[in-house]
Amino acid sequence: MHLNVASVCKSFGYGPKAKQVLDSVSFDLHSGQFMALVGSSGSGKSTVMRLIAGLERPSSGEIRLDGQRIRGPGADRGMVFQKYSLYPWLTAAQNVAFGMRLQGRPKAEVRERTAYFLEVVGLVDSARLLPRELSGGMQQRVAIARSLAAEPKVLLLDEPFGALDLQIRESMQEFLHRLWLQTGLTALLITHDLEEALLLAQEVHIMAPRPGRIVRSVRADLDRSSLAHLRVSQPFLALREELASCLRGLDSNLTA
Amino acid sequence: MRSSEADPLKRWSSLRRFLAQPWVLGLIGVATVVLIWLLTTASGAVDKLFLPSPQAVWHAGQSQWQSGVLLKDAVASIQRVFIGFALSAGLALPVGIAMGTNPTICRLLEPLMALIRYMPAPAFIPLLIIYFGLEELPKILLIFIGTFFFNTLMIMDAVKFVPSELVETALTLGGRGLPILTRVVAPFIAPQVLDTYRINMASAWNLVIVAELVAATEGLGKRISLAQRFLRTDDIFVGLIVIGLVGLTIDLGFRFLMRKACAWAN
Ligand SMILES: Nc1ncnc2c1ncn2[C@@H]1O[C@H](COP(=O)(O)OP(=O)(O)OP(=O)(O)O)[C@@H](O)[C@H]1O
Ligand SMILES: [Mg+2]
Repeated sequence: MHLNVASVCKSFGYGPKAKQVLDSVSFDLHSGQFMALVGSSGSGKSTVMRLIAGLERPSSGEIRLDGQRIRGPGADRGMVFQKYSLYPWLTAAQNVAFGMRLQGRPKAEVRERTAYFLEVVGLVDSARLLPRELSGGMQQRVAIARSLAAEPKVLLLDEPFGALDLQIRESMQEFLHRLWLQTGLTALLITHDLEEALLLAQEVHIMAPRPGRIVRSVRADLDRSSLAHLRVSQPFLALREELASCLRGLDSNLTA
Repeated sequence: MRSSEADPLKRWSSLRRFLAQPWVLGLIGVATVVLIWLLTTASGAVDKLFLPSPQAVWHAGQSQWQSGVLLKDAVASIQRVFIGFALSAGLALPVGIAMGTNPTICRLLEPLMALIRYMPAPAFIPLLIIYFGLEELPKILLIFIGTFFFNTLMIMDAVKFVPSELVETALTLGGRGLPILTRVVAPFIAPQVLDTYRINMASAWNLVIVAELVAATEGLGKRISLAQRFLRTDDIFVGLIVIGLVGLTIDLGFRFLMRKACAWAN
């Protein structure tokens, strides 16, 4: 799998009211990679993701998945939103099965894979509960399971833990990390949270707003055998501080 | 000392629990009105011709029932309401969904519908009579005109409030046009659609009576206007009460359907 984003620009609106939101964004994402986009609010992170998902079209530049130009949304690019994306009338299990049923897979296969992915996200006991009966963290795990069950080549995560409180967030980060190790998924994670990005992703792009662009890309080849240790390890903290000051620099440019 | 204090307290709290039952206060309200009605007529303060006693109304109802006119009238009215409303509801669903999902269709139809919606449906009666005479068709069309635009615009609103995340998630799961409509939009709007139908059913029920007051050979409205001619206020009361009861039953039916079909929404 190879996702190639090449010099993508995006403007919303026409004529004098046109607003450039992305300016020449480029990067590559390969099979098994975990990549993160970090940036302040309004730096165009979600727009990048929506372009890859095919929910928007680039104004110029192009996005290719395995050489094929992206023309619209499809099951090869799964997406998890920050919130409100479970179908409230379906149980957790039915939500997980939803994509597979849309794809018209055989019933037996759907049942089997639903059970498997509920197991993967640790929600076997909650299979029959409706979304409103699940906590925020459980809901997001169902959403992730639903995306994975549809077998996307790449998983797009738009601040999936943004609405969760700190403790749940940390356990969800552990969860996502284990999931990545276990399933070998390819993921693009959007987050405000630098620590989250560095914990999970081997490659982090920092985005600046007005117009949205990538100003810094780092490889974070850290020892991820234990996230708890990683959080307080020297190389991690050093890298985090470096990138944090980069982000602060962007902010002070804005206010100056 | 203690026990004498606790006793009324306990009784008070069990009374409160009794009153908290959903139907108790409602029944008390109805019973109060009937009681006042009973006392007023029994005291003889009001002329029987203006306000018949509950017993007189009961007897009038009984005799209407025994002669079969009550059932015939009720069936005639209910049939008109159901045919007219089924047409309106059935057509409003696709049109409302089309308007809610497609901005072009919405911009094309919304001003027109918003305009017609404010034309009182009974004002169409003379036209309908000129066009279609005094048969069933004008009455059914009146119900259609009186509810179709409300139904459509309310369904359109429900569709517009489908969270974009739900639709976009389905798109990224490999969903396309029609399946998204049937598996995402339809279940999401189902509770609002049922509620829309419930609310507008009330006006359908009003309109059929109005239509029958003007021109009909049978129906609950027709019975009332006949009764007026002969100053039979007891028959008028029978008509009013039956109309109310049938309407209430339909309303409860919709609520029941909603509870059964859309348990997730409560
Ligand atoms: N459909 C749209 N029409 C017009 N402007 C838009 C649209 N979508 C996004 N924008 C603008 O593009 C800019 C970037 O938005 P985007 O949602 O991509 O930022 P973000 O980095 O995801 O921000 P956040 O962290 O708050 O989610 C914002 O200024 C936003 O107002
Ligand atoms: Mg965003």
